[in-house]
Amino acid sequence: MSAPGTTQQLQQQQHQQHPVGLYLKVWLLLFVLSTMSYMVDYFHLQGLTRWSLIVILMLLKAGLIVAVFMHMAWERLALICAILLPPLALLVLVGLMASEASHTLLTRLLFFS
Amino acid sequence: MSAIPLNAAQPLGLRGLVADWSSDRQAFHVAWGKVMMWIFLLSDTFIFGSFLTGYMTVRASTTVPWPNPSEVFALRIGGISLPLILIAIMTFVLISSSGTMAMAVNFAYQRDRRRAALLMFATAAFGVMFVSMQAFEWSKLILDEGVRPWGNPMGAAQFGSAFFMITGFHGLHVSAGVIYLSIVATRLMRGAYDRRGNYQIVEIAGLYWHFVDLVWVFIFAFFYLW
Repeated sequence: MSAPGTTQQLQQQQHQQHPVGLYLKVWLLLFVLSTMSYMVDYFHLQGLTRWSLIVILMLLKAGLIVAVFMHMAWERLALICAILLPPLALLVLVGLMASEASHTLLTRLLFFS
Repeated sequence: MSAIPLNAAQPLGLRGLVADWSSDRQAFHVAWGKVMMWIFLLSDTFIFGSFLTGYMTVRASTTVPWPNPSEVFALRIGGISLPLILIAIMTFVLISSSGTMAMAVNFAYQRDRRRAALLMFATAAFGVMFVSMQAFEWSKLILDEGVRPWGNPMGAAQFGSAFFMITGFHGLHVSAGVIYLSIVATRLMRGAYDRRGNYQIVEIAGLYWHFVDLVWVFIFAFFYLW
């Protein structure tokens, strides 16, 4: 440690202390959202309703966990960008593989059925 | 800024390499352990992201119908067939564990180490519960339903490989998390972090645990519900 004073100071600043009530509310909300996504299956919703509900509920739950439980909402923008932007590259992979998959499906239908 | 002349005060060799790359520049104003955990979780995001993308690819490209997860994972309780019930319970167990972990971090920063450690042990216990239910699910699938990585009686052969790969890797993460949390909680109980006055490790362990829960949110949505 070259400068224990500044390290100490920094660690004081970065302590993530928030009211317990906030955690309990988010916890409850996660339970409600999970129940709702289970209900999507329980009531056999199909088609676009099913997919949009699954994705919306999933994103809401993920957002709550990252923002509140993992304290991302209170971090500095530099860290938020460094961690949350790179995964967007996965969307490119998903796009590429989706087109690849439909190509494979078409060739299989053409030659194997 | 004027050019800094090289002088004798600057270290050479490996130490110099580290000094030159880090010198006095700091991008992230948080403890290094927290940044490292976040970067590890970022890499893990790519692993799970690739797994789920691979699963999407095989599911979208097969001409054989995909087994209906709602029926495959249904359980008979008291004569009524409940779809996905075990998976729903596993989801609630994991969310509960995330809640106890968040409370543990909170108590650790209040320097209430007894309560923080107890809540961490509770989190680990929820983790053990989750893995046990997963073991039950796997054995039911392998022994009763005849699901194998290379095929199954219900439909597309890729179902088994995607299932075992994704849930297996996630289960491994939960098991590792249980061990990690137990170690940190034991040290916390003994007062190992009191001497240094630094409770950051509880928050860092918490980040890992919340990430495991986060991954489950995506697996639950894409594998079990889709």
